[in-house]
Formats: sequence, C-alpha cells, structure tokens
Amino acid sequence: MTALRRSPAALAGSAVLAVLAGVAVLASFGLLPYDPIAQNPPARFQAPSGAHLFGTDQFGRDVFSRVAAGVGNSALIAVVAVAFATLIGTLGGLVSGFYRGWADGAIGGVTNVLFAFPPLLLALSLAAVLDRNWFTIAVAIAIVYVPIFIRVTRGPVLSLREIEYVKAAVATGQSRWQIMLRHVLPNITSIIVVQVALSLSWAVLTEASLSFLGLGTPPPAPSLGSMIFEARSLVFVAPWTLIAPGAVVVLLVVGLNLLGDGLRDTLDPRNRGRRS
Amino acid sequence: MRAVVRNRVVRRVAGTLGTLFGVAVFVFVMLRAIPGDQITAGLGTEAAALTPAQRAALEHYYGLDQPLVTQFFSWLGNMFTGNFGYSARNQQSVLDLTVQSLPVTFELAVLSIVLALLIGVPLGMVSASKAGAPRDAVGQAVSLAGLSIPAFLLATTLLSISAASFGFNPNGQGFATLLEDPLLNLQQMVLPALVLGFGIAAPILRTTRAAVLEVRSHDFVRTARAKGVPERRLQVRHVLGNALVPIVTMTGLQFGYLLGGAVVVEQIFSVPGIGRQVLLGIQQKEYAVVQSTVLVIALAFVLVNLLTDVLYRIIDPRVRAS
Repeated sequence: MTALRRSPAALAGSAVLAVLAGVAVLASFGLLPYDPIAQNPPARFQAPSGAHLFGTDQFGRDVFSRVAAGVGNSALIAVVAVAFATLIGTLGGLVSGFYRGWADGAIGGVTNVLFAFPPLLLALSLAAVLDRNWFTIAVAIAIVYVPIFIRVTRGPVLSLREIEYVKAAVATGQSRWQIMLRHVLPNITSIIVVQVALSLSWAVLTEASLSFLGLGTPPPAPSLGSMIFEARSLVFVAPWTLIAPGAVVVLLVVGLNLLGDGLRDTLDPRNRGRRS
Repeated sequence: MRAVVRNRVVRRVAGTLGTLFGVAVFVFVMLRAIPGDQITAGLGTEAAALTPAQRAALEHYYGLDQPLVTQFFSWLGNMFTGNFGYSARNQQSVLDLTVQSLPVTFELAVLSIVLALLIGVPLGMVSASKAGAPRDAVGQAVSLAGLSIPAFLLATTLLSISAASFGFNPNGQGFATLLEDPLLNLQQMVLPALVLGFGIAAPILRTTRAAVLEVRSHDFVRTARAKGVPERRLQVRHVLGNALVPIVTMTGLQFGYLLGGAVVVEQIFSVPGIGRQVLLGIQQKEYAVVQSTVLVIALAFVLVNLLTDVLYRIIDPRVRAS
C-alpha cells in the first residue's frame, strides 16, 4: 500500500484496474444492460447511443455488455493462470535454490525445456491439445509462466541461504520447509509481487491472442480477442465493434503495466534508492 | 584461462543438447495427450466408418501399434535423417514446407528487429539523456504503448486503414518470396514488420535507457568529458559502446521470440511463415506437421539464444577475461 502511494504510475494503474474490475464484477453478477450473448437481429449494427452505449454488433448483441463480460472472462483466465504459475513457480524456485543438488538440476532442466519455446507458441500448442474451456486455457498460460517464476525466485533464494539468520535457523534445528516458508519466503515476496503484476499483463495479452486465433474461450462466450477477430471485417460498417473491445484490452494491459512498473520501481530491492 | 573458457563453452553446448532432447520428449508427450487418436483426428467423421481391421491396419501403417518409446525414437531418428513427416493436405513433406516457411519468418524477424532497433535505441538514448524530463516521458509513453497494444489489434487496424483509405493491400495477392519478386516481397513485409518492430521496440527502448543511465554514472564518462571528448562522440563511443551488452542480449532474445511468436501477425497478413505453418497444422489437425515444426522452431530458438550468449561474450571484454 505504501508502495502504491509512492508511485504515481502504480496509482494510476490501480485506478484504471479498479474501474475495469468494478465493471467485470457487475458483469459476473449479471448486472448488465443486456444479455451479452442474446441475439437481436433487428437491432444489428446500431451506432453507440443512450440505449446501446457502445452500439450493437452483427447479431444485434449489445457491445458494451459483451465487452464488460469479456473483461471478466479475460481477467478470470489471467488471474487463475498467474496464480497457478506463481504457486508452482515460487515453490519450484524455493526448492531449487534451497535444496540445490539433484532437485536443482531436475527443476533447472524442466525450466530450460520450457524456456526453449517462444512463449506464445507454447501457449498455442498447449491450448490446441487440451480440451478447450476457460480453465484449460488458464492452465496452458500458467505452464508458460511457471519457468519465469522459478528463475526469478531461485537467484535470491540462493543468496539468502548463505545469510547468517538463515544459517542460525538451520543451527537451531528447524526443518528445511519451516526455514523456507518462514525465513526465506517473506524476504522474496516483493520480487514475486512485482513479477505477478507484470505477468498478469502478459497473460491478458496471451489470452487475447489465443482467442483472436480461435484457440481461446469457445464462442459464444464473449472474449475480447474473439470480438476483435469478428470485428475485422466490420471496421467500416460498424467501427465501434472494433474500437470498444480494442480500447478496453489496451486499457486493461496499460493498467497492469503501470501497476507492475510502479511496483517494480518502489518494491524491487534492486531498484531501491535509484530511479530507473 | 583458455581451457576454462573452452570448458564453459563445452558445458554450454552439452547443456543445450540435453535441453533439446527434453524439448523433443515434451513435444512428443504433448501431442500424445490429445483427446482421441491421430487417425480419428486426421479423418474426422469418416473415422467412424472404419472397420476394426482397417483401423488396425492404419495404426500399423503409422506405427501407432508400437510402444511409445519406440515411436519416440523412430520419430527422432527420422528427424535426424531429414524425414519430418508428410502433410497430406499440402501434398508435401514437412521438410519441404519448412524449407519454404523458415526463410520467410527469418526475413520478417530480421526486418522487424532492424525497425525495432531504429526506433528503440535512439529513443532510449534520448529518454536517458535527461531522465524525468518531457522527452523521457515521451520515450516512456512509446514503450508503454509498445508493451500494451496487442500485435493483433495493431495489425488489424493498420491493415484495414491502409487497404481502405490508401488502397495499399499488397498482402491481398499471392505471397512473393524475396527471390521471386523483391519489390512486392518488401511491400508485403513492411506492415507486418512495422507491427512486430513496434512491439519489440519497447523492451529495446527500456533496456537502452536503463543501460545508458547505468553507464553514464561511471567515472570514466566524467573523465572523458573532462578530457574534452566531443559530446556526440562521448554519447556514441563511450556511453552507447558500453551499454551495448544488455542491448545485444535483449535483441537476441526478442529475435528468438519472433521465430514462433510472429504467428498472429503472419496469420493476419497471410505471410506463409513457420508460425503460420504450426497454426495451420493445428487447425487442420495435421499433428505430424505441428510436432516436427514446433521442434524446428524450438531448435532455432535455442540456437539463437546460444549465439546471443556467444556474441555477448565476444563483445564484453569483462566476460572474455574472467
């Protein structure tokens, strides 16, 4: 919280995210002006107006309601994906850096293999082989980001385990897991928090790219990427069908990036004391 | 000293080979995890009409009745002898497809990187020349935009605007390779390269800015200035020269990403690159194409990273000496 107050970027980012989160929460409770998937052919291609804030699409669906529900879907997938990646990656990094030896070798090997794929290609291939629903998309994205969290935590853990108070904890006979969770983990939380914020923005972009390519959440569930895909051919008939989801996806990612950058500048010990 | 360096290189190469083996296992297992089997996937609804005997014959023909380990090593052995499998839809071997698509992606990646460097490095230097000033804010805004605007959105918008308002849609006609028709080829590459270059310019800009700021704080820069080195020469030779290592590393990394990450842009602009080959393979359920192409991309990605690593050791005298 203090970190947020010290960084105008992080503050601006959180403000944008708060608004979008509010809309997404309303959408998840069904508090939208229209049903996002209900078709109404007579009302197709209506320009933005009081009745339809962002106009309607080729099936007469309300674009505002679809965008709002789409933000909710994208955010859900991104949050679940990053949560998985954080949990597994942090655990992997802790074990790898603290136990060293064969565990480190094995985890390092897996990390190297996953790092050998361009991230979007890996997410794409995984999404293609998994049975497609929002959860498997989240799992596919999570697998891509696990190695990043492993690498980000392993380094600091390696240096922490040489520090006196950790050695003292070892000497008092605490178990390795106790030491890792009670003495090492709290000291790397700021690094993890920064990584979470930055990863969320990538996860949103990845999810949007997948659904743009037709490998994301299956239709008719609204998703920002697939809305933009459908709007490609409608740009001149109904530009609002492209502009609304496009602007919202950019806003969402800008918000996450501002928050991530702000947190990195204030929280990351490597940046502390100097402006980067 | 030399032996140490050589040892390190040998270890790095051995590690890379191990990683590549792991990649092959991963790709193989991933594609075996597909719900249903390849025969059903390949034939679609027609698969239901197969008699058990026909199905068994097909399984035997494709080697699917062999143990998984045998299948894996036979695939890997085939890859080594240049047999990447066959694409029934294209009536071409996957090797032929790859020989056509890889250079296209490579060209696109090179053009994008050149554009990204032309945007990112000067803007990064300008940004760093007065941190916190309005010009820095401009640089930061450009990099934020590059990081936040999805490539597919920028590509879709650019394509619509250029086609409708300027009648410029070279990608509407069949793709021409650089050798067939260089002029048309470059026209077809310019928009995709701009989209990708803009996105990659952001991390390059940020890296340049951070590296320049870091280098400038060193004493040798002050000494050079006190010695009367002209400002322009100081900025280029002393500051940028020393900031080159992180910039090269970031550029190499981004180049690697482009080899598979250009898939969305290739798809939108109908550029027949290797990313699009994977996507088409997925859409047409031709898993032999997907399996071998993904492995080729991973191999290229790993090689680019290895080269970047070597290059960085060559540029940085500190790494060379230690």
